[in-house]
Amino acid sequence: MATVYVNNEPVTIGDSERLNCIQAAARLNEEIPHYCWHPQLSVVASCRMCLVEVGDKKPDGTIAMQPKLVPGCQTPVKDGTVIITNSPKVKDAQKATLEYLLLNHPLDCPVCDQAGECGLQDYSYGYGRGYSRLQEPKNIKPDKDYIGDQITLFTDRCIMCTRCVRFTREISGTAEMQVTSRGTHEEIDIFPGIPCNNKLAGNVVDICPVGALCSKDFLYQQRVWFLQNTKSVCPGCSTGCSITVDQNKDVVHRLKPRVNPQAQGHFMCDEGRFGWKYIHSDKRLQMPELRQKGTLASRDWDVILPAVRKALDDRVSSQPHAVAAIISPWATVEEAYLLCSYLKKMSEHVSLAIGPTRTVGEDDHYPKDVRGNADGNPKFTIRAEKAPNRAGVERVLQHFQGDVVPYADVLSAIQSGAIDTVYLVGGDPEATWNDSDLAAFKSLKLLIVQDLLASPLTQAAQIVLAGTSFAEKDGTFVNHSGLAQAVRRSIHGPDDARPDGRILWDLAERRGLFNANNLRKEIGQTIPSLAALSCGDLGEFGVSTAAQPEPVAAT
Amino acid sequence: MAQFEPTLLARIHKPDSPALASYRADGGYEALKKALGMAPVDVINEVKNSGLRGRGGAGFPCGLKWTFLPKDHPGPIYLAVNADESEPATFNNRILMEKDPHQLLEGIAIACHAIKSNSAYIYVRYEYGRSYRAMQAAIDECYANGILGKSVLGSDFSLDIRLHRGAAAYICGEETGLIESLEGKRAWPRIKPPFPAIEGLFRKPTIVNNVETLCCVKQILQRGGDWFKSMGVPPDPNNPRDAGSYGPKLYCISGHVNNPCCVELPMGITARQLIEEHGGGVWKGRQAKAVVPGGISMGFMSASELDTPLDFNGPGKVGCLGLGTAAVTVIDDQTSMVDVLFNCARFFAHESCGQCTPCREGTAWMHKILNRVRAGHGELRDLDLLVEVASSMGIIPGTTICGLSDGAAWPIKNAIKKFRSEFEDYIKSGRKSVDPIPAGAH
Repeated sequence: MATVYVNNEPVTIGDSERLNCIQAAARLNEEIPHYCWHPQLSVVASCRMCLVEVGDKKPDGTIAMQPKLVPGCQTPVKDGTVIITNSPKVKDAQKATLEYLLLNHPLDCPVCDQAGECGLQDYSYGYGRGYSRLQEPKNIKPDKDYIGDQITLFTDRCIMCTRCVRFTREISGTAEMQVTSRGTHEEIDIFPGIPCNNKLAGNVVDICPVGALCSKDFLYQQRVWFLQNTKSVCPGCSTGCSITVDQNKDVVHRLKPRVNPQAQGHFMCDEGRFGWKYIHSDKRLQMPELRQKGTLASRDWDVILPAVRKALDDRVSSQPHAVAAIISPWATVEEAYLLCSYLKKMSEHVSLAIGPTRTVGEDDHYPKDVRGNADGNPKFTIRAEKAPNRAGVERVLQHFQGDVVPYADVLSAIQSGAIDTVYLVGGDPEATWNDSDLAAFKSLKLLIVQDLLASPLTQAAQIVLAGTSFAEKDGTFVNHSGLAQAVRRSIHGPDDARPDGRILWDLAERRGLFNANNLRKEIGQTIPSLAALSCGDLGEFGVSTAAQPEPVAAT
Repeated sequence: MAQFEPTLLARIHKPDSPALASYRADGGYEALKKALGMAPVDVINEVKNSGLRGRGGAGFPCGLKWTFLPKDHPGPIYLAVNADESEPATFNNRILMEKDPHQLLEGIAIACHAIKSNSAYIYVRYEYGRSYRAMQAAIDECYANGILGKSVLGSDFSLDIRLHRGAAAYICGEETGLIESLEGKRAWPRIKPPFPAIEGLFRKPTIVNNVETLCCVKQILQRGGDWFKSMGVPPDPNNPRDAGSYGPKLYCISGHVNNPCCVELPMGITARQLIEEHGGGVWKGRQAKAVVPGGISMGFMSASELDTPLDFNGPGKVGCLGLGTAAVTVIDDQTSMVDVLFNCARFFAHESCGQCTPCREGTAWMHKILNRVRAGHGELRDLDLLVEVASSMGIIPGTTICGLSDGAAWPIKNAIKKFRSEFEDYIKSGRKSVDPIPAGAH
């Protein structure tokens, strides 16, 4: 164990840990301001914001300080390292660096998207001089709206930390971005005619510590201080990136990745980042619907739920073998559990099937080399399996039924007439149903569809239950590696749509209200393969349902 | 001292000095033959004992640098020759490359033998087209005559020398900037450690030496380390960090003198001697107001400091950054220091690579301030601001990666300290400088 002293406070660091001064100080909640350093990118030590004084504490207790300031990002700590982050010398250097960074910065915070979450604002307030002594005109550099389909560059706001350049070289491997010119005339740019449109491109906006790189999608939509952030999980693929959902007044404005070393790390892909627009789609189911005299008509929940219960009761009591539930891998663990336990309580013979798992291409690994091939050591993966919770739904089905009926099997059973009643829980915003499938579903005696978007399938149903998207419900997703993470409600859905968990809770006539934390405890105690859920609240990083859960280390 | 015989420049006035035949007629490649007969470690010791210090500016002991290479490294080890001579008013490497390229090649071969390298790169600055062509011709001659290639002079030592022409950036003279540029990247100096001797060109151990240093290596092998040590200035006994300044040195004299030239002299000559005896005195019968001791980044010596010996220690004693490249630039008493300083700030603002914030923004800011002062809008507090900006940048305070910033800051600090009254008078008078700006600026 190594002991490092940050402003005379000791902090112990494990033997296998290789930390720099910034990380060591963070252990004591001492902030060393920094711009160019990013834990996932190479160290360039060029912004010079993280200058600190360091020294060595000898065994006899004397301290030998280095005469010069050193960049904290570049300086590894070892046993006896002494870090001073608040001496007058350090503060002067921080003031000087900030004054330099702001020399040619336009200070257009009132019209800048980054205002409110800006590294320059925060550090200027915390460490800056408060005024500039520049009397001369500032450099003016042209804005570049051509950086990428989703990215625009306000060139004069840039502080040349080169995080974006390093990201495209080291994480995406696509190397679209570069530095042009020299000295104070330096600019970030792309190579002519090759815009930054790789599938991870949106991350350069996140890692930009200032308002230089902005997302065209979010540009001028909201002042960030109006946004409320909810920690959630991206439903875009089975990687299950930890995200925050940023909303204001029940409108989602953006998703941002959230650091989770157990899930994806620091980043997320553009598919997920911009793939939430269906939440506010006008195809959303607004109310539950019941088919009467051949046409679907909106009905109140108080009418619908008894109707569902009665219809299911009738079918199960007469022909339990002909009843099936198809639970989509977009459903949460809680929803699968509620529906399965409800149906299996009615009859052992009801079959439980998993819905179609949409797979697109192959797993997409980054970084890529110039030919587009991934190298052997992927730093980020976009998975081909676009469903966020196949692992979770399968575990629930296995518990209740021993094995999982594949979608193809249940479909052929429908086509053969062996199954004539289906309760289908959807959730895939991009689900497509081909004609033969639809014909099969149309042939059913009873089709109950619980989904969030109107589709040919809902048109074919006898009962349609208006569910909600991931941003509007609480639940659990289990990703490809068995990490269970909490999806948390961020906004309210349409007025008469209900969170799927609540629909199923009420359908099963359970007492009280649907509460994901409490239900998770119940699931954890009931299903051995999901025993890790018994903690209830899954916290920020989620818990692993794999055999040996790994400890979570905050960075 | 007896009449000094130039050695490095001994051949430059011969009509066919760059040719291999002429070089061999003067005993060329005998030193290499001798070196190849010695063990590499003996060559290193010979150079170490000579007290040779790098001629590129920093004055780091050459033999010591070679010993920093990892022992028993499987290779490859590279030698990068720094011929990116971009310091303003410095032109000694150019003369060495244009007039006596084989001397440099022999020095490179000896150095490569000493450090067990089979591959050397010469990084020539873009502007030195003639040097580039002379070096290429000499390299071709060597390959044709068995001096380079698989078997150097019939021995089992193989050596390839490749010539690389830069793209005209001052920063490529910084050793890690040069390495990055050689690798085909943007010449942004690397963070150290690791130092190039551990991880340099193509992530392999690399020694970066200056052209003149390697020419000295050739002379040391030919004439012995003791010959080299017989010239120059021994270490200052009061300064334990001084390694002494031995050997001959090429001094470039330029600026307001009658006879700008490059002369070879033993270390330790004074600026006054250089101007009077070799530069033909200050031009137009004027007096020197300030003298740059060794490239503009070293700062200024005032007229009263002209008797400072120009060895590795001397300029530092009068507040300059060091000897630098020993390129002495004379500024006469009718030249405004404001203009001189503006020109120098403009150079560094143009050449800052833009990697570290303090240098990128600081050099440009100082340029803007001096521009405003020259336009007649200066204020007295600008002088303090300039000094504060200059003091906050460089590797001396620890705020930048490389030394360019120190070189940019030093003349500002120096000039304002030594010529403050002139600056104050200039600002108070509300004068404006008239263009054209001094010649030689970019």
